[in-house]
Amino acid sequence: MNHLSLITKREYLNKVKNKSFIIMTFLSPLIMVALFALIAYLTQLNNDKVRIISVLDESSLFASEFKSTESTKYDILTSVTLEDAKKIVQESENYGLLYIPKADSIEAIADKIKFYSEESPSLIVMEKIEARIEDKARNIKLKNSGLDPELIDALNVRINTNLETFDGEKTSKLGGGLKLAFGGAAGYLLFMFIIIYGNMIMRSVIEEKTSRIIEVIISSVKPIQLLLGKIFGTSLAGITQFLIWIVIGGVLMAVVSAVFGINMSEGQMAQQEMMNQVSNNAAMQNEVDLVIQEMWNLPLVNLMIMFILFFIGGYLLYGSLYAAIGAAVDSETDTQQFMMPLLMPLMLAIYVGFFTVIENPHGTVSQVFSYIPFTSPVVMLMRIPFGVPIWQQLLSVAILFGTFFLTVIFAAKIYRVGILMYGKKPSYKELVKWLKY
Amino acid sequence: MNNLLVAENIIKKYGDFTALNNVSIEVPKGSIFGLLGPNGAGKTTLIRIINQITMPDKGLVTLDGEKLHADHIKNIGYLPEERGLYKSMKVGEQALYLAQLKGLTKAQARERLKYWFDKFGIGDWWNKKVQELSKGMAQKIQFIVTVLHQPKLLIFDEPFSGFDPINANLIKDEILQLRDEGATIIFATHRMESVEELCDHIALIHESNKILDGKLIDIKRAYKSNIYEVGLLTENKAETENYLKEKFELSEATFKTINDEVKFNIKIDNGQSANQLISHLTTKGQLTHFVEVIPSVNDIFIQTVQNN
Repeated sequence: MNHLSLITKREYLNKVKNKSFIIMTFLSPLIMVALFALIAYLTQLNNDKVRIISVLDESSLFASEFKSTESTKYDILTSVTLEDAKKIVQESENYGLLYIPKADSIEAIADKIKFYSEESPSLIVMEKIEARIEDKARNIKLKNSGLDPELIDALNVRINTNLETFDGEKTSKLGGGLKLAFGGAAGYLLFMFIIIYGNMIMRSVIEEKTSRIIEVIISSVKPIQLLLGKIFGTSLAGITQFLIWIVIGGVLMAVVSAVFGINMSEGQMAQQEMMNQVSNNAAMQNEVDLVIQEMWNLPLVNLMIMFILFFIGGYLLYGSLYAAIGAAVDSETDTQQFMMPLLMPLMLAIYVGFFTVIENPHGTVSQVFSYIPFTSPVVMLMRIPFGVPIWQQLLSVAILFGTFFLTVIFAAKIYRVGILMYGKKPSYKELVKWLKY
Repeated sequence: MNNLLVAENIIKKYGDFTALNNVSIEVPKGSIFGLLGPNGAGKTTLIRIINQITMPDKGLVTLDGEKLHADHIKNIGYLPEERGLYKSMKVGEQALYLAQLKGLTKAQARERLKYWFDKFGIGDWWNKKVQELSKGMAQKIQFIVTVLHQPKLLIFDEPFSGFDPINANLIKDEILQLRDEGATIIFATHRMESVEELCDHIALIHESNKILDGKLIDIKRAYKSNIYEVGLLTENKAETENYLKEKFELSEATFKTINDEVKFNIKIDNGQSANQLISHLTTKGQLTHFVEVIPSVNDIFIQTVQNN
């Protein structure tokens, strides 16, 4: 056991002290945040220019709907012909010209509405314009058929079905999305971690082979100790990196949002505006409360504990297989043929997670995949927010760890033969033979 | 208990390939034991079994009378043929790590490393990275790490490969000194000439079988050919040759002399003695060179392999 801790410590320190690790750890959150900042900045820049849209409304029904906002100004043209209007717009280099003709019926008008512009207009702009015309047109039609639009609005009932399990646990449809976000994030994080740090283990095994130190080491320690030490050390390094990322990322995000604070408050303003629009029924406000409430309703503690358990189990399972691959080959370029079968179940887990679990978190496929150890870490994590009985979670964890012990024996066999094998390009047949040595 | 290490009837198969076929060796305490054989004969497999890196399919290995178990690792120092160091680690850090894996405490390891580093005059390498060292420099570190925990049994697999003659000599002297201090040494090589001056016991392995073993001197006695190199200053060379031809088996000799001697390799029969040969020779001239031809390990090896 003393050996194991020595090896773990060396592997950990070796990873953590590595220059590229340090650079990666401290630079990637910076790069990420810089990227966000850049995107935010560019978007702002992009929308910087105030769009001026000329409106020629011959029907005089809609012109009043187009009220200028900060980013879009509407220039209402009156008593000009369409041809003149086009010329004016072209000369003034306005964004475009909305032309609403005069006709007998709303339908006839709707058919003939046109938007002239130099370049194809942005989709968002068009949607905004269309929404305004549609609203107005609907109201006109309602009035024409003798109905009061305000009355109609008042008659609208917002329905957010309140769900309740037989245990009395209250949920709502909205909570579903939230659950998906939590589960999906947990599953995806695990998936990324396994791939990144699995590769790291593999490289470290290959390094020991190519530097030929391996025989010196295993004359002192058992291969299984070296294997486990490597997996533990690398995972600790990985966890360290994640923690640093979370801290740095958090700090930087706070800084960036402070710098681009105006943006944020603008977004909030927009939200408030939206809420004001529906303030005659307080449903929206209720929903915001509901989201917060839902978040607390989520089995957060359960999710956290299971995340850690599945994280460890899944990582150990795949880590040992990555190490076996590293031992089987002489260089990283030879790893391709073995990587595929390793990545497949992981990809499958992600796909099953994002498609099947969303569809039905307790369906047969979701259930089965949340027990198969190669997919369970990802799939079960995605299911947990939707409420999975504890015994099922524990069973899945037990299967996972049980399989880990089997794979580690399997991996150790390949490992102990492979690390002393040079110059052979191993096939699967060869690997099966190694298992018998 | 005269033997430190005994391996009995070791069989090791890799699939259909037999790497060791019923091989037994006995390594006496305090000896330098040469494990010889061409590449791929099975030397490294046997060494790995002794180091518990691989397990034999059949057979028993005992160290100091005890069946080999995990704790024995501390009593063995092994310098493999395929050797290396972690490239990105610092020399001192790495040596400390490897020493601790062999069971030394950090303080012990540091103290002994200081001794060896001073001895080899490499104290200033401590903070260098291994990738900055030359191959020979790295080999020195590996040697130090192998002997640092003062094991009873030292196993060197091709220890001189990669060393220049000066450093090879340095290592050779160290090996001899370690033997004098009581260590038992197994020395595996396919270069027979280096065996002559170091080993007192040898075992020859060829194609997975042990074909010869014993004390080097006994083996040489058993393989002696009764041939003597003779250099003789004589007036009449042709007559002398004919005279000797009648009585002994002659062959051409290639040794070097400074006078104009006749030179022969003369084989005497079992019934005859060297003195008889000398008395015949002295009647024909002045004897300047008379040496018994001792078979080299290389000759013995080639001869044994051919006989098998």
